[in-house]
Amino acid sequence: MFRRLSIESESAATGGASFDRRFFLKCALASGASLGAGGVVQPAAGMPAAAQPQQSDAQFVVEARFYDKQPNRRIKCKLCPRACVVGDKERGYCGARENRGGTYYSLVHSRVCAAHVDPIEKKPLFHYLPGSLAFSLATAGCNVNCKFCQNWDISQVRPEQIAAEYLPPYRIAQLAQQYGCPSIAYTYSEPVIFSEYMMDTADAGHESGVRSVVVSNGYIQQEALKAAYGKMDAVKIDLKAFNEKYYHDVVTGQLKPVLETLTTLRKMGKWTEVVYLVVPTLNDSEAEFTGLARWVKANLGPDVPLHFTQFHPQYLLKNLPITPVSTLDRAKAIADAEGLHFVYIGNVPGHPAQNTYCPQCKRLLVERVGFTAGKMLIRKNACPFCGRHIPGIWHT
Amino acid sequence: MSDAPHADRRDFLKRALSGAAALGLVGAPACAAAGTEASGWKARVVVARDPQLRGGGSSVDPQRMLALLDRAMQTLFYRDHPAEVWRLVVRPGDVVGLKVNTLGGRGISTSRELVAAICERLQEAGIRPADIVVWDRDTREMERGGFHAAMGGDRVQCFGTDQVDYEDDLAMWGSVGSRLSKILTRRTNVLISLPVLKDHDGAGVTLGLKNMYGAIHNPNKYHPDGCNPYIADVNMLPEIRKRLRLTICDGTTAMYDGGPAYKPESSWQMNGLIVSTDPVALDYTGWQIIERKRAEKKLKTLAADGREPKYIATAADREHRLGTCDPKRISAIEV
Ligand code: SF4
Repeated sequence: MFRRLSIESESAATGGASFDRRFFLKCALASGASLGAGGVVQPAAGMPAAAQPQQSDAQFVVEARFYDKQPNRRIKCKLCPRACVVGDKERGYCGARENRGGTYYSLVHSRVCAAHVDPIEKKPLFHYLPGSLAFSLATAGCNVNCKFCQNWDISQVRPEQIAAEYLPPYRIAQLAQQYGCPSIAYTYSEPVIFSEYMMDTADAGHESGVRSVVVSNGYIQQEALKAAYGKMDAVKIDLKAFNEKYYHDVVTGQLKPVLETLTTLRKMGKWTEVVYLVVPTLNDSEAEFTGLARWVKANLGPDVPLHFTQFHPQYLLKNLPITPVSTLDRAKAIADAEGLHFVYIGNVPGHPAQNTYCPQCKRLLVERVGFTAGKMLIRKNACPFCGRHIPGIWHT
Repeated sequence: MSDAPHADRRDFLKRALSGAAALGLVGAPACAAAGTEASGWKARVVVARDPQLRGGGSSVDPQRMLALLDRAMQTLFYRDHPAEVWRLVVRPGDVVGLKVNTLGGRGISTSRELVAAICERLQEAGIRPADIVVWDRDTREMERGGFHAAMGGDRVQCFGTDQVDYEDDLAMWGSVGSRLSKILTRRTNVLISLPVLKDHDGAGVTLGLKNMYGAIHNPNKYHPDGCNPYIADVNMLPEIRKRLRLTICDGTTAMYDGGPAYKPESSWQMNGLIVSTDPVALDYTGWQIIERKRAEKKLKTLAADGREPKYIATAADREHRLGTCDPKRISAIEV
């Protein structure tokens, strides 16, 4: 079976990646043919993963960097707040880490199951190098299980259940350069669970002058956050709701650590944008929008971009309708009224709230059409009309 | 037939009457509460042992294993001859999946001798060798557990889901949404579960019901909270439920602590089998055997260790009704 995902936005939480699922994405690209924006890295022959020659497990396995050893060959993972205690021969909740004889291993280092050249707007990162491309990649697995996940084929599987290519960090840096991407994006599934690979790849990229951005749920422990996301040039966090019940029931995670992640990123000075997927009836109350906007303003500041994006029924949540645009407009109106300066609406092609406007003179600064930046008027990080500083990373 | 101890039917019945007491089945309150409405019906669980299963050595004697299996099955189904028993379980034309558990490698996987004995009886009952599929999630893991992969031809088939993949679409029940092994859904119409009697660091025990985690693509998602209610929910998936006819739990080597990975220091040679058509009653009975061994070894109960297998009561509750875990409603028969 060969299925294709729709192209909406980026993350496992908020949108789909336009790669062919469960198929091997041949990233080696020996042909050297250039890909345009949005080009899919070509799959090999259309064989199901299981029918392909067995991958060698060893090349993908590295000792995990964030865990403690415990008695009886158990380990305690310190990567994400789930803090799995894992017995010998077992895996953590994410399925991407395995205890082998009391030592904990990542099974997904350099094990790329999806790779794609995307516009940076698709992440979405709107205040980061507009109009540029990101060499985007994922490995299998996730540390939560969102009922609305659009990329569940890769996020909710074990690494051996999906075909993958061995792409060590230096190779990713080469490919990013080859395809004219100033950034590498860790995305589609959940980069927290491939932190070791992300860190090594970010280092390789920086050595070659290629930046790194991460698209994440922010569900990560503080020590790992500082070490791994400290190497990123920009971060997009999916804040999935502003209440713990939703995190418990729909996400299988917790809100509090994600809020801590956001405040830590702020203290670290990382360029961060926040996405909130609005799911009808579950996280779309006025009180929640208000609480969210107030929290963002108080803890992250009014200049942090906040994207309200449209939900589409997927995976385990097929019984709800698409988010009405009027709900997204209401969310934006509330956040605007609370004093946030850059509130966007996503997954709604052609909506004017995809554009960036100067908070002071209200003039259009960046016009976006689909996932491409049509007009980009910001000069020297400022509005060319009134001179107001426009926060972000606008120029290479 | 081997010279294994062979009781007659009256002996079986006599032992059946005292079986529950002999096994020390002292149901947990949750299980008593989860019991079905009062009636005379009882779930039968047979615990068959052969102290001489390995003769004088360390490996299992295939003939004695066959005799042990026959004794257990004849007792369960009240039949004098093995051929009659298996004709109650399968019919010619069925394609029978034997879901083994090979996570524990050579040390503690479903024994090859047990599988060979079942294959022999299935063929005598009219099942073609190629219509028997011995399977688990991963072929290499099965090989590490002592099985030889075999695909195609007229022989018994033996391979993991990695060879055929999982269904693309999700099967859903309760808290569970999973892709099922195509071996289960497309290759077989009858499922016989062949777990190993083991302690489990999360679920408390891993027996017949948890063996079904090997049929889904995402078992790692269902380990929180002692695997409860996930184990019960997985077993409610219609494709599993409608195929499952029998559970034969391998207690050749069993583990009372430190599972599911093999730890020789906390395993023992029980040299027995537990069989039932009620997977919940079987899990309950297996749990009690592990508790007795833990008590003998001066270990805490699983409840005191924070690992009471609560999923068993969930599997028996009114929402699931996969079987019974009320000891008053279990006829546990030692042979
Ligand atoms: S990263 Fe994976 S193994 Fe580690 S705590 Fe999170 S879910 Fe568990």
